[in-house]
Amino acid sequence: MSILTLSTFALLQAATPQGDMHFWPWLAASGAKLILFFTIYMVGVAYTTLAERKISAWIQHRHGPNRVGPNGFFQPLADGVKNFMKEETLPPYVNKAMFILAPMMAFIPALTVWCVIPWGASWASPWGRVDMMLADLPIGFLFIIAISSLGVYGIVLAGWASNNKYALLGGLRSSAQMVSYEISMGMSLIPVLLFAGNVTLSSVVNQQASVHLWNVLTLSVAFLIYLISAFAETNRLPFDLPEAESELITGYHTEYSAMKFSLFFIAEYANMITQSAMIATLFFGGWDIPFTQADNVGGVSFPMVLLSMGIMAAKTVFFVFFYIWVRWTLPRFRYDQLMSLGWKLLLPLALTYIVIIASVMLALDAAGVERGLVYGLVFLGVNVVILGLLFLVLDRGRLLSPAYGRASTEELRRMRGIVTSRPRRLSPTAGD
Amino acid sequence: MAINVKVVDRPIEETSYVRATLSGMANTLKHLVDPHRVTTQYPEERETISRRWRGTHRMLTTEDGKAKCVACGLCPTVCPANCIKLVPGEDEQGNRYPLVFDIDEFRCIFCGYCQEVCPEEAIHLGRHYENAEFNREGFVYDLERLMAQTHPVTELWDPADPKGE
Repeated sequence: MSILTLSTFALLQAATPQGDMHFWPWLAASGAKLILFFTIYMVGVAYTTLAERKISAWIQHRHGPNRVGPNGFFQPLADGVKNFMKEETLPPYVNKAMFILAPMMAFIPALTVWCVIPWGASWASPWGRVDMMLADLPIGFLFIIAISSLGVYGIVLAGWASNNKYALLGGLRSSAQMVSYEISMGMSLIPVLLFAGNVTLSSVVNQQASVHLWNVLTLSVAFLIYLISAFAETNRLPFDLPEAESELITGYHTEYSAMKFSLFFIAEYANMITQSAMIATLFFGGWDIPFTQADNVGGVSFPMVLLSMGIMAAKTVFFVFFYIWVRWTLPRFRYDQLMSLGWKLLLPLALTYIVIIASVMLALDAAGVERGLVYGLVFLGVNVVILGLLFLVLDRGRLLSPAYGRASTEELRRMRGIVTSRPRRLSPTAGD
Repeated sequence: MAINVKVVDRPIEETSYVRATLSGMANTLKHLVDPHRVTTQYPEERETISRRWRGTHRMLTTEDGKAKCVACGLCPTVCPANCIKLVPGEDEQGNRYPLVFDIDEFRCIFCGYCQEVCPEEAIHLGRHYENAEFNREGFVYDLERLMAQTHPVTELWDPADPKGE
């Protein structure tokens, strides 16, 4: 942990120009933010696990954990104590070094990406401007994509080091899945980048405020692609093939126990919160206080900072809830469906969408339209048309399944000739 | 494509993935906000059990506190799980009584044959199920323990009242 803190400080110093602040106030502010965000991180993750258990219970007409504290409110504390007290098992024939390294490899990237998420408007403090993020990196969301992708190393290493076939399968699936969906995820962010003209998250927030429309309205398709990819990247249902309880026991962390298992668990939930915050920032206006421009100046008063943080938190919590809601609704994809969705639907769609958005931008700039509400409304119209096409024409369930090929006329005739015990519905034009 | 499966052209309402997903989400949301709960909060709340519930055994006693059992040996004979151990004894008046009467509740399959076969209506199954123990030995109930049980006894099936109402 101390190494992490040190490296984060180094990162901070490299990334954050101290601006108009002196060194000591800057250091104090950074330290306070570190402690604050780390606390929010751990508590947030703990209570996300409780939320998951509670919401799953409510969906199934159960009560959920309700024994520890009022309505189970202290359940995460009990879980934490349990995880520390449990026996750490080290199965024979595991690759010891890798086995111990893997949970850290999963946990550290999940922790690190929190540095660059803007949680609120900048505070115009008496000592200078304080950004409500640990590091406003010039590479912005590229950092998040790059570092959160490193988490897959932890999963693959865990699968490989466990000396267990289930774990290995889980790790393999995870690597294939993460690599596939990273591409469509990155591609879906290019329209956002085109819009903002910059990859820093603060400029994405400011751009949405200046257009008076959230990116989810002006770039709806990119939002949908990002949302789906984010589910796949965080290994959440319907994309939890690396874990797949019914097939692989629990996949890559089959052999892990106690705190090592808990690190994987924390990493999963932390990634979920990170992605929720990313969705909120990139597509839902981030911390921007709606219907006012007062918060879009260089720095604001402390109550305004708290208000903006509250807005950001509400959006993030909503998407965490959405994650949980989807998990308890949708069944898991088959492996081939997963690959098909990623490579044959999302990637071409994202590429096409980039071309469309870039063309519309070029046309609007050539026509001399100012970047403002009208500019956003044009994109809104374009998106309504594309979404209409997607949902009314292209949306066939079999897009998800590559396990079919159109049978040739000859084969179809042969199949029609087969007398089966079950009557079959065959359209006369199928396969023609 | 390696696999050739025939493709049926169905209207979009039947094949749409998005619509199916959305209706599923609406369904789970409906259940999420529904305050109805099916859980029984067990130690605080208990389900009422049937009057024919076959649980932990009980040995009934006479007014002077002796077991009603006459050690006839029918119950160990009829027991399909072979879980009753009976050693008969005889007192000065020639009355038979059990010297040892052990029931291994772990082996017992709670079929209720012992209760049905008992001519003295001495051994009964009970409407009771909370009989956890810390070791296997604890499940072997001796005569004293069987007599000390106080829970209500199981009612036999009555053909005139097949549903037990």
